[in-house]
Formats: sequence, structure tokens, C-alpha cells
Amino acid sequence: MSIGTADCHRDVISVESVSFSYQQKNVLSNVSFNVKERDFIGLIGTNGAGKTTMLRMIVGLLKPTSGEIRIFGEPISQFKEWNRIGYVPQKNALNPLFPATVKEVVLSGLVGKRKWFGAHSREDYNKCDDALMAMGVEDLADKRIGQLSGGQQQRVFLARALINNPSLLILDEPTVGIDHETQESFFHMIKHMHQHHNMTFLMVSHDMEMIKGYLGEQPASTAGKLNFYIRHSHETQDCVEQNLAHSLKHLRAQMASAKEGK
Amino acid sequence: MIGITAPLIGIFLVLRRLSMIGDTLSHAAIAGVALGFVIGDFPIIFGLLFSLLASFAIEKLRKSYKSYAELSLAIIMSGSIALASIFFTLGRDLSMDANSFLFGFIYTLTATDLWAMFAVTVAVLIIVGRHLHGLFLITFDEEAASVSGLPVSYYNVMISVLTALVISISIKIVGGLLVSALLTIPAACSLLLARSFKQSIITVVIVGELAVIAGLLIAGVWNLAAGGTIVLVLIAMLLLILLGRNIVSRVA
Repeated sequence: MSIGTADCHRDVISVESVSFSYQQKNVLSNVSFNVKERDFIGLIGTNGAGKTTMLRMIVGLLKPTSGEIRIFGEPISQFKEWNRIGYVPQKNALNPLFPATVKEVVLSGLVGKRKWFGAHSREDYNKCDDALMAMGVEDLADKRIGQLSGGQQQRVFLARALINNPSLLILDEPTVGIDHETQESFFHMIKHMHQHHNMTFLMVSHDMEMIKGYLGEQPASTAGKLNFYIRHSHETQDCVEQNLAHSLKHLRAQMASAKEGK
Repeated sequence: MIGITAPLIGIFLVLRRLSMIGDTLSHAAIAGVALGFVIGDFPIIFGLLFSLLASFAIEKLRKSYKSYAELSLAIIMSGSIALASIFFTLGRDLSMDANSFLFGFIYTLTATDLWAMFAVTVAVLIIVGRHLHGLFLITFDEEAASVSGLPVSYYNVMISVLTALVISISIKIVGGLLVSALLTIPAACSLLLARSFKQSIITVVIVGELAVIAGLLIAGVWNLAAGGTIVLVLIAMLLLILLGRNIVSRVA
């Protein structure tokens, strides 16, 4: 029996020579990159570089013209566990009259799991409260979504993405159209989540200041007009710890079985 | 019964900015009903068939003209009216009265029609009830719905089919030209009143049901056209709500 090592370098997203063209125009050609567990990837590029296109392909809203995308090791067409992914789209023009409360919007993040009509369970409401609390917008729960400011709405959408406790969070320019101060606190929150939760981040952003401040001055890799800034999160240390824990567990099991054998 | 189902489907259409889809499908249903009379049987079935066909055609066209969804509606609507006009002319010898399709012919309701209405009502309630959360998400944010793994195209077809069903049973009561009022005006009322999605669902059902009952009573007492009266009651309710809101906001 061999002592296996804990697998802590899993690929969360792998993009292999993906190209995308739209009406005979090449938007992306031959892009490859990997996102490992607990990485924080910042995706930067000029307008029209294909950042949003890349994200939309990763979440399955667009199909690559060629190449392959795998999520958690599975080809995207076969991927089923969408509740492991939280996606916060670019701020969309929300109809201010839309009759939905903040709570209803956040609860809608659970929809993939629901099969049958019924009131949400106690557990659902608790999850919703937790997500709202984590974003600091719990006092807005019963407000209509259209009455909120842009920054508040963005927090609500982040709360919706978080309600499933996803292992991968994909953010598309989460702070566009939000004032500087709110942006700061939003990034602060995201950094905190990255450092303290077992979550992988992929974020498109215009905010070079934030990206460079957290992910380093130079892009780790480039592909066409896309620049990838990466921060690995205590990965090596984690791996050592995980391997150690794994070996210890194995050892204990062996000792236990040896005892029983006597 | 149509006081419940039509507004219930209507709210989803309105919120998805597809108010006109109801109008289009009802015109297709008029063509179908007309064909039914020319052939001599099953006008409601033909109406249903036509509006189903139209709803699939709309979904197809909607994909080809993604950002101009209303274009597909205009095409199908004019196509349907063209068909209806041809069927009307064909049926003139059969003493077919175009008016009754356009404005309703409640006094010719048969037991079969009532059963059809009952069946459709039950089906709509079950399906909408069962998929309420999914329908909400798809209405609120179609992309998020797709990312959370919801079968979006299946839902779109479902909404279209339900709309077609509701229209073809409502057509006998309010008439082809007025069905869309029953779909949209209750939703318009609820947008003014409701804070939450739950409230808006409750509002549309109450408004729709009240209007249908009140409209039928008034029409019965003064011997007016049923469909037209229902629609006018709906509009009166909308105006009252607008007025009430203005007064409230002025006082507050």
C-alpha cells in the first residue's frame, strides 16, 4: 500500500488552444491557460481583447469555435455541477421596476437544485441570510432590487453567487460604474474571501491598481491581447499541510489495524 | 378561470419584455379558429395548433434576430392576419361572422369549451407552480439562469406553449383582439403595486379575476359585449391604481 499524496494542485479551469470567431472576425485565437485550485487570476486586456468572451465561454454561454475547455476536469458540454460555480456578470441594466426583493434575488441562486415547487426551506433562508450578512447588506433584504444603488446591487449579485458556497467564483468587471470608495471595500471583501475561504477566483477587471496591488506588477502570462495576473494562495504551504495530514491519517489507520491484528 | 391563468402567464411575458407575444399568438389563434370554421370543426383545437406553431416560429426567429426580438413578432402577426383574412373570405358562404372571433362570442360557449378551460387552468397552475423558481430566475436574469444549469431553451418553449394554450381558451370569451389585454394589464397593475415577486404574482391573479367577474356581471346586466367590458374594467382598475399612487406619493 502506498501513501498517496493529497491532491492539491487540481485544475479548476483548463483552457486548451481555444479560438473564438464572431462573424468571420477572430476574437480569440489559440488561447491556453490553466487555473489551479485557490488561485486568484486577474484577467486584463484592452477593450475588444476578448475578456468577456473568454469568461462567457468558461461558463458555457458561448461555444468556442475550436479548442477545449474543461471545468473541474470535465469537458464543459458534460459539466453538470453548476452550483459549484458562482458567476457575477457585468453589471446589467436592471429594470428598476422589476418586482423582486433582494432576498428573492439571492435565493434564486439556489434554483439549479430545486426540483419541486414549495416554499424555500428554513435552511435556504439561513443560507440567504448568511450570504447577505457576508456582503454586509443584510438590512436591505426586503427592499426591491431596483431601489438599490449600483454598489449595493453588485453586492447582492455577489451574495447570490455565494449562496451555493461555490468553489469557483467568476467575476466580470464587478466594479464598473461604482464609485471609488465602494470599489475599495468591494475588493477588500473579495481579497478577504480569497485568503480565508477555499475558493478559486477568476476576475476580469479594469482596475490596474487593485490587480497589481494584489496580484503583482507583471502578468504571469499573456495570450494575444489578454494578460493573466496570478496569485497562488498559500498553495505550497497548504500542500505540505495537506500531505502531512494525509500521511498522519494513513499512519493512524495502519496502527489501528495493526492493533486489531494482535 | 381565464381570470387566473391569463394574467399569471402574462406577468412572465411582460417582465421578459415580450408583452407583444400575447398579441401575436392571439392573432395566430384567430387564423386557426377561422380555419376551423372553414373546415367545419374544432375551431378551438385549430386555434391552439396555430398559436403553438406561431410560438415555435417566434422562438426560431428570435434566435436569428437576437437583439430585435420584436421583429419576429411583427412578422408572425402580419402573417397570421393575412391567413385569417383569407379564411374569412373563404368562409363567407358559411355565414361566418368575423366579429365573433375578433371580439369574443361568449354566448356560444359549450360544455366542451368549459372542460377545455378547466383542463388548461389546472395544467397552467401545476406547471407554473412546479417551475416557479426557475421561471423567476429566467425572467429576472436569463444568463444567470443558464449558468446555474437551467435548461433555458426548454423553459422558453414552455412559456410559449403555455401562452398559446391560455390564448386559445380565452379567445371565445374576450375575443382575439382583446386577449392580450388580459395578459398584460394585470401585470401592469402589479408593477405599480408589488415590491416582491410573490406579491406581484398574487396581485395579477386578484386583478385578473376581479376584472373578469366584474366585467361579466356588468356586461350581463347592461347587455354589453363581454370581452370589451372586461378589458375596460381592467383599464379602469389600472387608472385607479395610478391615481391612488399619485395621491399617496403626494401626501407622503
